[in-house]
Amino acid sequence: ESFPLSVLVHCFYFRGGAELLFDGVKKHQVTLPCQPEPWDIRNLLKWIKQNLLKERPELFLQGESVRPGILVLINEADWELMGELDYKLQDQDNVLFISTLHGG
Amino acid sequence: FPAELPPLPARSALSAAEILRYSRQLVLPELGVRGQLRLARSSVLVVGCGGLGCPLAQYLAAAGVGRLGLVDHDVVETSNLQRQVLHGEARRGRPKARSAAAALRRLNSAVQYVPYRGALRPRSALRLVRQYDIVADCSDNVPTRYLVSDACVLAGKPLVSGSALRLEGQLAVYNYRGGPCYRCLFPEPPPPDTVTNCADGGVLGVVTGIIGCMQALEVLKIASGMGSSFGGYMLMFDALEGRFRNIKLRPRKADCAVCGDNPSVTCLQDYEAFCGSSATDKCRALRLLPSGDRVSVQQYKELLDARVPHVLLDVRPQVEAEICRLQHALHIPLRSLEEKDEQALQRLQKRICEEKQRTDDQTPLPVYVVCKLGNDSQKAVKILQELPAEEFGSVLAKDIKGGLMAWATKIDSTFPQY
Repeated sequence: ESFPLSVLVHCFYFRGGAELLFDGVKKHQVTLPCQPEPWDIRNLLKWIKQNLLKERPELFLQGESVRPGILVLINEADWELMGELDYKLQDQDNVLFISTLHGG
Repeated sequence: FPAELPPLPARSALSAAEILRYSRQLVLPELGVRGQLRLARSSVLVVGCGGLGCPLAQYLAAAGVGRLGLVDHDVVETSNLQRQVLHGEARRGRPKARSAAAALRRLNSAVQYVPYRGALRPRSALRLVRQYDIVADCSDNVPTRYLVSDACVLAGKPLVSGSALRLEGQLAVYNYRGGPCYRCLFPEPPPPDTVTNCADGGVLGVVTGIIGCMQALEVLKIASGMGSSFGGYMLMFDALEGRFRNIKLRPRKADCAVCGDNPSVTCLQDYEAFCGSSATDKCRALRLLPSGDRVSVQQYKELLDARVPHVLLDVRPQVEAEICRLQHALHIPLRSLEEKDEQALQRLQKRICEEKQRTDDQTPLPVYVVCKLGNDSQKAVKILQELPAEEFGSVLAKDIKGGLMAWATKIDSTFPQY
């Protein structure tokens, strides 16, 4: 499968407390480098671990996926509807990570 | 919990007094007399009479719902009043379920209120949920959220679920018209140390108010026959951005443990064991250090009075240090220690040096670490114990058990509690 050489630009919002893991920054406009295989969520999580998540990755990740209690949204839809880890990212996609809230 | 409740009677007409009272909503074609009569026959179980449950119950009572069950195991505390708007100052120390019922009765005496003074438990939850038409999850902890959801699936009741923390809120309607349940979305509970409660994270009362009102709206829409807009959707509210988002959720999962095609959960379980945490939002007391590395607030007070040379290190976040502090403490947030922030470590080193100059003997200088409740301070002691001795000299880091809140209750009653 050929992959376009154009850079991918994504916004990440780490909401519901998840942003506390990312130095309090809620919105990350990032450019993913070109690579032979297409960027999917699985690769994106690895990239986030290496580039954005400086400490305590276990609060965000578990195995190759996100930890229980974090909801992943791709363009404002539950990632379950989009193929979860296998979803192929498109240019200008919007990926949100939300840790669920339990307080009241 | 009281015995089975009799069903609410079917009504064919509104009285003249009811017509006057509900006139502003009766003229809405979407509701009308038919919707009002349905409301009057509806019963709603409110799980949690706190920041979400108060505004929810208030609007449901005002709108003329037939019966409100009010569950809460807690009593009213001063720090609740900022968001739990049914409970007044005079109610402090009283059970929240009764306090809420009393306030609601003043608002609308025609509604039946059934206060349940106790926690919702696996043993009794199903029997309780079965007696109501709609359930509102206004709870504050993970085990209760799973318990309420499973009970609603087993009893076949729609669940209007709200939550809030800091400046954010979430709302979803589960187990409604074939849509997903809470477990479809969250088959596994979050690790306990990733969960933040309102005491640690903080919450703005308006935010719980907005989410509680949204829950009341969806309950009213379901009860009156309009139908909810949030079956299969989650509402996310960001108060700081002033933004609402509607997220499309996955459908019901065929492999869900409770609402799936071959459920493994067919009766209620031990949810505290399932989640690894207790069914309250009270702060946990961690034990990370051996008792030899900890002192009580009384012991620290004696050291202070005896003018024993030492450094007191306060590791709370900046925002909390601005609320109140012990004047002689050096303030370095735990986060700065964890990040090995150079400036912060230099400040610590300087203070240790200064203090060491006041002692002539070669014994290690004690560094007492304090935080709000004595959890973060233990983490900080562990970090201090690994600092290089050649730079920091020999120090003996110890944790002050119970933190500044223990100081406030046991040593200095004028020290603020928060």
